[in-house]
Amino acid sequence: MKNITIVVLGIAGAVAVGCASMGHHDEAALGAKALELMKASFHEQGQAKLDRLEQDNVQKVCSEYNGDKKIPRDVAERLEKAELANIKYPADGKYLGDWKNGERIAQSGVGMQFTDTAGAATGGNCYACHELTKSELAFGTIGPSLYNFGKIRGYTSEMQKYAFGKVYNSEAFSACSNMPRFGHKGILSEQQVKDVVALLMDPSSPVNK
Amino acid sequence: MSRIHRTVIAALLATAGVALAQQPRSAVEEIERYRAALGDGNPAELWEARGEVIWKQKRGPKNASLEQCDLGLGPGVVKGAYTVLPKYFKDTDKVEDLESRLVSCMVSLQGFTPEQAKKDPFGGPGKKVPMDALVAYITSESRGMKMNVQTTHPKEVEAYELGRKMFYFRGGPHDFACATCHGADNLRIRLQDLPNLTTQADAQKAYTAWPAYRVSQGEVRSFQWRLYDCFRQQRFPELIFVSPASIALTTFLAKNSNGGTFNAPSIKR
Repeated sequence: MKNITIVVLGIAGAVAVGCASMGHHDEAALGAKALELMKASFHEQGQAKLDRLEQDNVQKVCSEYNGDKKIPRDVAERLEKAELANIKYPADGKYLGDWKNGERIAQSGVGMQFTDTAGAATGGNCYACHELTKSELAFGTIGPSLYNFGKIRGYTSEMQKYAFGKVYNSEAFSACSNMPRFGHKGILSEQQVKDVVALLMDPSSPVNK
Repeated sequence: MSRIHRTVIAALLATAGVALAQQPRSAVEEIERYRAALGDGNPAELWEARGEVIWKQKRGPKNASLEQCDLGLGPGVVKGAYTVLPKYFKDTDKVEDLESRLVSCMVSLQGFTPEQAKKDPFGGPGKKVPMDALVAYITSESRGMKMNVQTTHPKEVEAYELGRKMFYFRGGPHDFACATCHGADNLRIRLQDLPNLTTQADAQKAYTAWPAYRVSQGEVRSFQWRLYDCFRQQRFPELIFVSPASIALTTFLAKNSNGGTFNAPSIKR
């Protein structure tokens, strides 16, 4: 009887120590359990199916390194390289669309929620996180200000290409960025990405006034 | 609401409008003042009163009230109960938040099936549901008391840790996690301030203000609803009411708010 008590106490102690200093293995096991629990805690509704809980590489890696753990540089570089490879640049080599459409896309947060109509035109909701123009005061601060984006960086074709890539797949340039991968994930069409790039890069866009 | 009250609000909103044109930060302050002005006559009181009636009402196949329900501080103790939730309950061998505990009591005391107890978790236009009212009543009985969620039972420790994992879980077409919006200090989405729910100060401020009467919806919204609607905006599938993930996440957030003074049902835009 006494032996059993000691063994039980020993296990309890090990659990307590395990919790106090959660190692890499514990975190992975916890992550697997969390995912299992989440799969049992959602049901599909409208266009939002359960496959939205299936993480791709970026989502997996960035979930793991969130919180107080900084992503190691080599992991970040591998992730950025892989994401850079899946950017589809426009076949016609033109990166700039219509900035007026871009402004509409930047204003609209519609799309892909389970209450939204599937297939309806989606927005980019850029203003939710970024300052873009001086006329829109209701901007968020999750991302940096993009006011004068093109004016500051120069209206070069290299910068146009960079802006297209960044909107298309932000993770290719900054691993574990909070910004959605608008082109890569099909949130915005190629033309819509071009329109947003025009909002950032067209000299006549209010972003550059 | 009196005519004077309405005039005051209109004036405050007009002031907020002027301030908005000059400086977003002061607009936020004006909105805070508007909220404070609304606080005097919070319609959530109607839900609280209705909830107290439902709590004491004999209902269900067993024709029993919920008055003997153990919400965490012993059978029938409502005062302060919300400050210790979520918590492990021996009878169900589960960690339960307020809503899931009410479901358990509706099953054990009143004889409802779990399906019946979980049906209609949220009210809507022309639809009054018992759950919202019960939540409003019970939470109102913790007003002014300090949050005190314990993680002493291994299942409470596990729920907290799983909730933490879920908080950082990125998924869906937008790669969003809870942490995307609620993982850093002093962020805004449009003009809405975002609490950093990983810090005690912000978690206290945010968690102790739910449930809330939403002026824009004309409903009292519970914390389960808050999570449900956050996940909708995260582009996740639909969160199931009182699901294990919802309880784990609530445990994480509630415990992070420990020491904060509970001040809800509140009123929000």
